[in-house]
Amino acid sequence: MRISASNPILRDALGIAIATGAYALSFGAISVTAGLSIVQTCVLSLFMFTGASQFAFVGVIGAGGSPWAGAATAALLGSRNALYGVRLASLLEAGGLRRLLAAHFVIDETTAMAIARDTKPESRLAFWSTGLAIFALWNLGTLIGALATHALPDPRVLGFDAAPPAAFLALLAPRLRAREPLAIALAAALVALVCLPFVPAGVPLLIVAVIVVLYGLIRK
Amino acid sequence: MTAWAALLAASAACYAIKLAGVSLPQRFLQDARIQRTIPLLPVALLAALIATQTFSTGHRLVLDARAAALAVAAIAVVLRAPFLVVVAAGAATAALLRLL
Repeated sequence: MRISASNPILRDALGIAIATGAYALSFGAISVTAGLSIVQTCVLSLFMFTGASQFAFVGVIGAGGSPWAGAATAALLGSRNALYGVRLASLLEAGGLRRLLAAHFVIDETTAMAIARDTKPESRLAFWSTGLAIFALWNLGTLIGALATHALPDPRVLGFDAAPPAAFLALLAPRLRAREPLAIALAAALVALVCLPFVPAGVPLLIVAVIVVLYGLIRK
Repeated sequence: MTAWAALLAASAACYAIKLAGVSLPQRFLQDARIQRTIPLLPVALLAALIATQTFSTGHRLVLDARAAALAVAAIAVVLRAPFLVVVAAGAATAALLRLL
C-alpha cells in the first residue's frame, strides 16, 4: 500500500477533518454562550471528543438544566460509540497502549471511514489518519470558536443561544432516512414537551431515553 | 465546581463507553436487541433536545424566535447545507427576529 500525500485515504481524512473543524467553531461558540469557560470548553473537546455528546452537555446547561442532567444525556448519546468499537476492534487489532489511544478516536467519522475500506491495512490507515486529523482540527476549531465568542460583548445578539437546536437537527437529519426513526423522533419530541412542565430541567431527556430503550428491547 | 465535576465525569463515561466497545469480547454487544436499541438512543435524544430547547423556557412551553430559527435550520438541512451553515442560519434568524 502506498502512503503519500496523494493517497485518497489521507485526502479523505483531511477533507472530513476540515469540515469537522469548521463545525467545532460552532461548538466553541455555543459552549461559551451557554456559560462554560474557555478552558472547560477546550477540555470537553480534548477529553469527551464526541460531537453530539458535547453539544448535548453544553445545550442542557445553556437551557438552565443541571450539569448532571447534561452529563447523563452526554453519556447516553455516547452509547453508540460502543457499537462502533465492536465493529472496529476486529479491523484495528490494537492492544495495550494503542488500544487506549484508539478508543479515544472511536467516533462517527472514523468508523465510517474505516469500515468503508476493502482491506485491514487500508481500514487502519483510514481510522488513524481520520482520527488524528479530526482530533487536531476539532480542538483547534473549538479554541478559535470559544476565544472569538468570549471576545464578543454579548453572544446572544448574534443568536448563538438559539443555535443548539439547529446543531442537534444537523446531527439528527442523517439518522432519519427510514420511517421508524422518523416516528421515534417525533414521539420523543412530544413526550419530552409533555413531561417538561412537571419535572426538573434535563429530566425529560432521561424519561425519553428510558422509554426508547424499553421500546427497543421489547419490540420484535 | 458542579460544572467541572459533571464535565469530567461525563468525559470519563464517554471514554469508558468507547473503550468498552473496542475491548469487550464481541458477544457482549452482539445481542440483536442491543444492536437494534442503541442506535435509537441518539435519534430519540436529539429529537427531545431539539423540542425542549426550541419550545420552552424553564418549565413553560413557549413559541418565540427560536421556532423560526429551527424552521430556517430545517430548510438548510433539506437543501443539504454544511453543518456550520445550518447552525449559522439558525442563529442569524433568531438574531434578526429579535431586532424587529
